[in-house]
Amino acid sequence: MQTIEEYLPEHPFFAGLDQPTLELLAGCATNVHFDANEVLFHEGDQADTFYIVRKGLIAIQVQSPSAGGVVVDTAEAGGVVGWSWLVPPYRWMFDARASEPTSAVAFDGACLRGKCESDPAVGYALMQRVARVMLDRLEAARLRLIDMYGSSS
Amino acid sequence: MTSLAEHDHADAAAHALAAGDAMLPRPYRVVRTRQDTRDTVTLQLEPVDGVPLKFSAGQFTMLHAFGVGEVPISISGDPTKEGLLEHTIRNVGSVSGALVAAAPGTILAVRGPFGTGWDVSDGMGGDVVFITGGIGLAPLRPAILELLANREKYNRVALLYGARTPDDILFGDELRKWADLLGIVVEVTVDSGPHSWRGRVGLVTQLIPRIAFDPANTVALVCGPEVMMRACATALRGRGVPAASIRLSMERNMKCGVGLCGHCQLRELFICVDGPVLTYERLAPLMSRWEL
Ligand SMILES: Cc1cc2nc3c(=O)[nH]c(=O)nc-3n(C[C@H](O)[C@H](O)[C@H](O)COP(=O)(O)OP(=O)(O)OC[C@H]3O[C@@H](n4cnc5c(N)ncnc54)[C@H](O)[C@@H]3O)c2cc1C
Ligand code: FES
Repeated sequence: MQTIEEYLPEHPFFAGLDQPTLELLAGCATNVHFDANEVLFHEGDQADTFYIVRKGLIAIQVQSPSAGGVVVDTAEAGGVVGWSWLVPPYRWMFDARASEPTSAVAFDGACLRGKCESDPAVGYALMQRVARVMLDRLEAARLRLIDMYGSSS
Repeated sequence: MTSLAEHDHADAAAHALAAGDAMLPRPYRVVRTRQDTRDTVTLQLEPVDGVPLKFSAGQFTMLHAFGVGEVPISISGDPTKEGLLEHTIRNVGSVSGALVAAAPGTILAVRGPFGTGWDVSDGMGGDVVFITGGIGLAPLRPAILELLANREKYNRVALLYGARTPDDILFGDELRKWADLLGIVVEVTVDSGPHSWRGRVGLVTQLIPRIAFDPANTVALVCGPEVMMRACATALRGRGVPAASIRLSMERNMKCGVGLCGHCQLRELFICVDGPVLTYERLAPLMSRWEL
């Protein structure tokens, strides 16, 4: 299996980062594995981790008063989970659960924030990538609001 | 704006004449019905006069429920087999509501087939990507079946399908068969799912960067609501698929179906005869005024 340093350049989130930056960020990372149905975190929990998915599928779930748990998004290989580690009060806004056996790289949120603060260039590069993910999700949410498949009747 | 008078009627009239008695409906009997989803039903129809309807994948008929009205509906059956005429219809209003409620034995009237086809065979020797959302899988199904009848003549084939919820997924058994037995990469995504849903959630456009195909040698067939088709065409162009190789199936209100009344006009195009299947190369310049 590849080491984290070897794998990071292959993940789309880190595309374009130079080797020293990747090594710096890898210092905050560990490999993790989740069994099918295993919960990564619950809404309201302390958000201290950022995940990039290597293999498998993670379901993002919110609690709906009428329908109970509703899966509103999934992240698969090449995807990322979570940005609540980035801004106070560092609490998850949703539940995350592995839909199938899943391998990921988990970054310690406090460690990442420390690297960003001590090296603003690294912080900026990371923020750009997080902003890209947020923008993609916002666009997807808007398209869903206007009912992409014309099937709300 | 191009007026109806400016449209080249010679083509349209020739088309109407070539269609022979295209304005004359033929009676068809509902033989079987299948409830596909909460709001969608497939009807299998046999011609009362016994003469089967030949069609190309992508074409539609004008389907008439007596006493209610007539609407355009794509043919969803297998163009490589002579048999019953199949239509898959989503209940959105009065005519479609009457059609999905038609019980076996009901007589409906059919005109057509009309319009341009998908011409999926243009993809032979290369890759083919089908992208669809909602009821859009029904008009694509004949093209998929046509390709499958000659699977070995195509390279990579992928079907990307988006539905609102898992309960809205059409032809679920067939999707599994196409993926397991027939060498098609089938990727399904929904807008949201219940806690028990183990599949993917997200937009169908998000699947486009994930699949493998050779952009320069790919034919992409896209069918769904216009907002979805536009987003897909943009994503396909972003991966380098030429606009001429992207085909979309357009929907407009229709009356005659043969290029005479102008109901289906989109700028200089009459969708009933120039379409419904058109290349993105032809549609892109109209996109800024697409909603007109
Ligand atoms: C070439 C072509 C192929 C088609 N193929 C199929 C098919 O295979 N299966 C299928 O279920 N439908 C198909 N349609 C759409 C179908 O024709 C319409 O749903 C139908 O005309 C609606 O008529 P209605 O009397 O039931 O609804 P109406 O009472 O006329 O309308 C009810 C509601 O549906 C909306 N609506 C009307 N027409 C459309 C439309 N074309 N698309 C989306 N919303 C619409 C209206 O805005 C209104 O909100 C096709 C349309 C075209 C032009
Ligand atoms: S011109 Fe009459 S429906 Fe197209």
